[in-house]
Amino acid sequence: MTLPTQHDISQEIAQLVATDTATSGTAHHPDRGYAPYRSSLLRHPRQPLVAVGDPDAAELRGPVFGTTDVTELDADLTRGHTGEPLGERITVTGRVLDRGGRPVCGQLVEVWQANASGRYAHQRDQHPAPLDPHFTGAGRCLTDDQGRYAFTTIKPGAYPWRNHHNAWRPAHIHFSLFGTAFTQRLVTQMYFPGDPLFPYDPILQSVTSSAARACLVATYDHDLTVPEWSLGYRWDIVLDGPTATWTEEDH
Amino acid sequence: MHPTPSQTVGPFYGYALPFPGGGEIAPAGHPDAITVHGHVYDGAGAPIPDALLEFWQPGDGRAGRPGSLRRDPATGGFAGRDGVTFTGFGRIATDADGHWAIRTLPPSGAPYLSVCVFARGLLHHLFTRAYLDPDATDPLLAGLAPERRATLRTDREGPRTHRFDIRLQGPEETVFLDFR
Repeated sequence: MTLPTQHDISQEIAQLVATDTATSGTAHHPDRGYAPYRSSLLRHPRQPLVAVGDPDAAELRGPVFGTTDVTELDADLTRGHTGEPLGERITVTGRVLDRGGRPVCGQLVEVWQANASGRYAHQRDQHPAPLDPHFTGAGRCLTDDQGRYAFTTIKPGAYPWRNHHNAWRPAHIHFSLFGTAFTQRLVTQMYFPGDPLFPYDPILQSVTSSAARACLVATYDHDLTVPEWSLGYRWDIVLDGPTATWTEEDH
Repeated sequence: MHPTPSQTVGPFYGYALPFPGGGEIAPAGHPDAITVHGHVYDGAGAPIPDALLEFWQPGDGRAGRPGSLRRDPATGGFAGRDGVTFTGFGRIATDADGHWAIRTLPPSGAPYLSVCVFARGLLHHLFTRAYLDPDATDPLLAGLAPERRATLRTDREGPRTHRFDIRLQGPEETVFLDFR
């Protein structure tokens, strides 16, 4: 099967952005049936989701994590190996908030990423870029009493994939987040400011509102940069979904 | 505030998110433990080998407890669950044939296990429920057509074994939920 070209995919992306602008422009989450991301075609429901309004729903509470689930070293992805990883050392920090702006405290944040060359420590990633024996690329932490998280890592590289001919993912870090309710569960990706690959990437562009897309891009913050050590990025995360305590009036 | 948009879990979460004992939610050797298992299928009926499922069921007091992914402070690796605590949380990746299995306790308080589905190709996770009690009814089930309702009920394969297949698309598509 011949892969679509970047031109084909870019045209599809442009059409779907136009549709979004013409309707509301307020869609925050991607449409699960976003066709430019070809893997979605057979993996999204065609039936509408069924609303659950039960105030006693189990999903309005959620999993709890604690000190047994995380060690202090887990937030530093540059440690835990016998040497230093290659690449540009960075720190990534921010706050996890609910839709009412309240901090999500003591909850689990997990991250994973490619190495500086754009290669994952996963045997199914066969991109011919070098693995780094000193970098796996997985970390976790608990948010503090202000909802803050912080990771030390290296900046991941861009990498090719086979969605279409000459498809490349912009550099990103995968994030997995829990709120106080299972309904607030979020898995997403953080991008780096100014990446020239943004317009070509159907996964980022699946968020068809430019304002919502901007929520996925971290800010370079010189105040977070540590002299002679690392570059600092800030990225705040707002969890969607109702909780047992959330009300519309708080919004 | 505007929510941060979802993005796909992608294909390479396997060295980061699954953890040993992720599907062993019931305390070790618990006499009431049940097995729930099934496949995840795509719209062509093909099994999905890179889906990740999470399970949530409240314990006593409707709360969860820490200890799902206990860490070993000496090695920095996973230590596994302590065998005693019921945390209410499970996480399991599908096998190469799209199959998954968990061992847990029958849900209390609500007649279902809450399930969250992630996969490569899925830009935003999906919630569903596995109702284990064949006589269970609630406003959600009551509002569904019988053939749709059936996708939320487990098939009892034995006294302590339930089957729950998840179909992301197609004529027997699983009912997925919106909590907005």
